[in-house]
Amino acid sequence: MNTTPITRRFALGVAAAAASGRLLPARAAAEPVKIGFVATMSGPFAATGEIMSKAAQLFLDTHGRALLGDTPVELIVRDDGGANPDTAKRLVQELVTRDRVQYVAGFQWTPNANAVGPLLNQAKVPCVLMNASGANTTRLSPYFVRTAFTQWQVCLPLGKWASGTRGWPKAYVLVTDFGPGKDAEGAFTKGFKESGGEIVGAAAMPIQSPNFVPFLLRAKEAKPDVVFGFHPGGVQASSFMKAAAEAGLREAGIQLIGSQDLTSEEELPNMGDAALGVITAGQYSLVGDRPANRAFVEAWKSKYGFKPVRPNYMAVGVWDGMHAICTAIQATGGKADTDGAMRALSHFATDDSPRGPIRIDPATREIVQNIYIREVKPVGEELGNVEFATVPAVKDPWKDLNPA
Amino acid sequence: MTADIAFQALGYGSVLYLISVGLSVTLGLMGFINLAHGIFAMIGGYLAAVAVAGWGVPWPAMLVLAPLATAALAAVLERTLFARLYGRSELDQVLFCIGIVFIAGALIRLGFGPTLQPMPLPPALRETVQVAGMGFYAYKLLVIGVGVATALALLFGLERTRAGAIIRAAVENRGMAESVGLRTGPIFTATFALGGALGALGGILGADVFGLNPAYALDVLVYIQIVVAIAGLGTLRGSFLAALLIGVIQTLSAYYVPEMGTILLFSVVFLLLLLRPRGLFGRV
Amino acid sequence: MGEEASPPGRFRREMARKHRFRLAEMLLPLALLAVPVLGPEYYALGTQAAIVALFVLSLDLLVGYAGVVTLGHGLFFGVGAYAAGIVSVRGWGEPLSGLAIGAACAAVCGAVLGAIVLRTARFTLLMLTLSAVFLGNAIANRASWLTGGVDGLVGVTTWPLLGRFEFDLFGRTGYAYAACVLVLVWFGLHWLVHAPFGQSVQGIRDNPDRAASLGMAVLPRQTLVFAISAGLAGLAGALQAEINQFAGLKDVSFEFSAEALVILALGGAGRLYGAVIGSAAYLIGQDVLAKDNPALWQLWLGVLIVAVVLFAPGGLLGLLDRARAR
Repeated sequence: MNTTPITRRFALGVAAAAASGRLLPARAAAEPVKIGFVATMSGPFAATGEIMSKAAQLFLDTHGRALLGDTPVELIVRDDGGANPDTAKRLVQELVTRDRVQYVAGFQWTPNANAVGPLLNQAKVPCVLMNASGANTTRLSPYFVRTAFTQWQVCLPLGKWASGTRGWPKAYVLVTDFGPGKDAEGAFTKGFKESGGEIVGAAAMPIQSPNFVPFLLRAKEAKPDVVFGFHPGGVQASSFMKAAAEAGLREAGIQLIGSQDLTSEEELPNMGDAALGVITAGQYSLVGDRPANRAFVEAWKSKYGFKPVRPNYMAVGVWDGMHAICTAIQATGGKADTDGAMRALSHFATDDSPRGPIRIDPATREIVQNIYIREVKPVGEELGNVEFATVPAVKDPWKDLNPA
Repeated sequence: MTADIAFQALGYGSVLYLISVGLSVTLGLMGFINLAHGIFAMIGGYLAAVAVAGWGVPWPAMLVLAPLATAALAAVLERTLFARLYGRSELDQVLFCIGIVFIAGALIRLGFGPTLQPMPLPPALRETVQVAGMGFYAYKLLVIGVGVATALALLFGLERTRAGAIIRAAVENRGMAESVGLRTGPIFTATFALGGALGALGGILGADVFGLNPAYALDVLVYIQIVVAIAGLGTLRGSFLAALLIGVIQTLSAYYVPEMGTILLFSVVFLLLLLRPRGLFGRV
Repeated sequence: MGEEASPPGRFRREMARKHRFRLAEMLLPLALLAVPVLGPEYYALGTQAAIVALFVLSLDLLVGYAGVVTLGHGLFFGVGAYAAGIVSVRGWGEPLSGLAIGAACAAVCGAVLGAIVLRTARFTLLMLTLSAVFLGNAIANRASWLTGGVDGLVGVTTWPLLGRFEFDLFGRTGYAYAACVLVLVWFGLHWLVHAPFGQSVQGIRDNPDRAASLGMAVLPRQTLVFAISAGLAGLAGALQAEINQFAGLKDVSFEFSAEALVILALGGAGRLYGAVIGSAAYLIGQDVLAKDNPALWQLWLGVLIVAVVLFAPGGLLGLLDRARAR
C-alpha cells in the first residue's frame, strides 16, 4: 500500500469506502494514527491556539505514551485563523482527504465547528470538540463528541446560585453579540429568574475591537446589584476588566460576575487588582485543589513554563479530549473503525481529570462535569480563581430544555 | 452622564489625534500616502510596555524615551526606505505600506508573541480624581492633557517659529520653497521623525483603547486614515478637531446605539468625504 | 499604392495584430486541467485558487486597466457571496442563477458606489473605498437576522449543478464548476480589454485630460468599468458561497481587499495573466509555507512586497518580461 501511487491508492480507498460505507482507508502497520487538530494559531486569538496545541502535545508525550504503547500517533495542527467557518471547512476537507486523519479534534469557535458537521457526516470521521461551546453543535452530526463545556452548562448554575444562594435581586446582562454570547445570556437569565431574580437590562457588544467603557457605564446607570459579563476571552479579557475599573463598578457597589472567560488564567496576571473579588463560574481553575490538577500543572510547568501562556480551561478541554481519543485508539487497536471509536468516545469517563470527575453522556455525546463557583483572590504572589462552591455533575441543560 | 461621555470622547479623540497627527503633515508635505503610519504607535507602545513590565523602567521615563527612540527609527526608515517612494504611483505607495505593515506585525509577533501586551500603569494614575463633584479617571485626564498640550504646542510651533514657517512653506508650495534654497530632504526626515514620535506617544497613552498586539498597525489603519481624510491634508489644527469628532461619534454611538457598532461612524465619514473631498480644513 | 500599404490598411493590420488571440491565453485552461491529474486531494486548494483568481482578475480590470486604486473591492465580493447565500437559505439554491443574482447585486452596488466616488481622486477615492468596505462589514455584522452576523450564514445548500452534479466532500464538482466559470470570465475579459471600450478605459487611465478633450465621456466609462469589475467580484463571491455553502464577515473585509491587491502586485497588474499567476503562486505558497509558521509567512510576504515595489514593479510578469528581453 505504501508504494502504490496516490491516485490508485485513492481509488482503492474510495472503492473500499463505497463497499463499506466508510471513507477511512486501512492503515499500514508502521503508519501513525493521524489526528487532525484545528485551532486558531494566528490573529488576535492566537494565544488560545497555542495553549490548545501545547496541551495536546503534552498529553501525547506523557499519559498518551502509557495508553498507546507503541502505536505511533501524529498530531497535525492546522490554523483556522479565528472565527472562519469556510477556512475550517476547507482545512477539515483537506485533513480528511489529503492527510487521511482518523480523528478530527480541537475547535475553539462554534461557527467553525458547526460548518464542519456536514463534512463529518459524509466522511464518517469522529470529531472531538475540545473548546467550542455552542449548545447546538453536537446535534449537527452524530460524529461530534464534546470534552469542552457549553455556555448553558456553566451559566445556568451561576444564575441560579447568584439569585438563589447569594440572593442578589437585580442583574444587568452584558454579552458579546455572537452565538456563545447569546447562549450565555439565555442561560444566565433563565437561572437567575428561576431563583427569583430580576433582569433590569441587557445589551450586546460587538465582537470586533469593542470599547467596553460606555457599555459598562450604561450598565451602571441601571443600578443593578450584579453585572453578568460575557466576552470571548483572549485579548478582550484585560480590556474588559480595566474598563470595569474605569467605569467604577466597584465604587457603585456592583458585583461583577461572569463566565470563566472573564478571568481566564492566561490574562489574569495582566488584570491586576481590578480583577479582585470578581466571581465566575467554570469547570476548571489553575489553582484548583486536586492531585490530578497539581500533576497536570507541574507537567506543563516543566515542559513549557508559564511564559508566554499558562494553562487554562481550554488546555484541560484538550487534555481530556486527547485522553478520550487515546482511549479510543487503544480500544480500536489503532485501526480505522469509526463505530468502535465513537463507542469508546461516547462512553469515556475518568475521575483523574485536572478538573475533577468527568464523563461523556452517550445519549447526547456531551460532557458531564462539576461546575465550580470561584472568586478571584490572591494565591501566593499572584491572583487565582479560588473555587469555593461546587455544582456537581452538571449535564448540559440546553439539551433537556430543547429536546431533539 | 454628559460629562462622562464628553470625558470619554475627549480621551479617545486625544489618543487618535496623537497617533495620526504626524500622518497629516507628512501626507500634506510629501504627498505620500503612508498607510503604515500605525507602526510607529505600535513600536512606541511595545517599547514602553516591554520596558516597564519587563525591565522595571518607570512609566513616565518611557513616556519620553520611547517616542525618542521611535523618532530615531522613523528617521532611519524614512531615509532608507520611504524616501524611495516619493513621486511613485499611488498603487506602489499603497502596496509598499501594506508590505511594511506586514513586516512590522510579523516581527512583533515573532518577538513578543501573539497575545496582548499589557501596559502596566503607575498606581497613581489608576485613581479616580474628584473634580466638581464628579469622578474622573486620572489616567484619562493625563491623556487628554497630553493631547491638548501637544495640539497647542504644534500650533504654536507652526505659526510662531521659524522651523514651523519652513514646514508650512514646504507644504504649501514645495517648488517655490526649494527655489528659495530650502533643502526639503532634511525637512521631510525631520517631519517624519516628529510624526513617528507623536505616534509612539499616542500608542503608549492609547494602549487601553487600542490594545498592543501584533495586528495593531492593521487595526488602527482605518481610524488613522479617517482622521486625516476628514481633517484634510496639510493641516494640524484640523487634525485635532477631526480626531475629536471621531471620538465623539464613537463614544456617542457606543453609548446610545451600541448595537450599531461602527455603522454610524463609517456612514458619517463617507458622507463627510463626499461633501467635502478635501476634508474639513484641507489646504492642499 | 495598394490597399495594404495605405494608412487605413496598415492601421487595420496593426489593430488585428495587437488584438489577436494569443496562444498563451490557452495556458490557463491547460493549467486548470492539470489539477485533477495532480490528485483529487488538491481539489479544495484548486477551487480556492480559481475563486481568488477570479476576484483578483476583477480587481485587475479596475486597478490595472482603469487605473482606479481601491482598498475596498472586498465589498463587492461580499455582496455577491451574501446575495447568493441568502437566496439559497431562503429556498432557492440553484447554482447558475445564484451566480447571476450575486453578480447582478454586486454590479448594481458597483454602479452606485462608482457614480458617487469616481468624482473624487486619489487619496479621497482611496479613503472612500476603504470606508465603504468597513461600512459594508459593519452592516453585515449588524444585520444578523439576514446575514448571520459574526456566526456567518449557515444553512446554505446548493442544489446539484445542472440538476446532476452533486457538491460532494471531495470537491470535484466544486472544482469543475469554479474552473469553468474562471475560463469563461478569462476569455471574456480578454475580449473586453481588447474591445474599443476596454481600449478607451486604458486611454483614460493613461491620460484622463487628453481622453476628455477627445470627446470621451470619462465618468460614464469609468463608472461602467467599475460596475463590471464589481459584478465580476460578486460573481467570485457567489461562486465561493455556493461551493463552500457558507458566507461570512471575512468575505466583506478590508483584509481580503488588501490581500487581493497584494496578489495582483506580486503577479503584475494590467495584464490579466498577472492576476492568475499571482493567485496561484500566492495560494500555493501559503499552502506550503504558512501552515507551520504563519508569522514567518507574513514576514516573508511583507519583504517580498516591499522588494517587488522597490525593484520589480511589474511583479512576476515584469520579471518574466525582462528575462525574455535578455
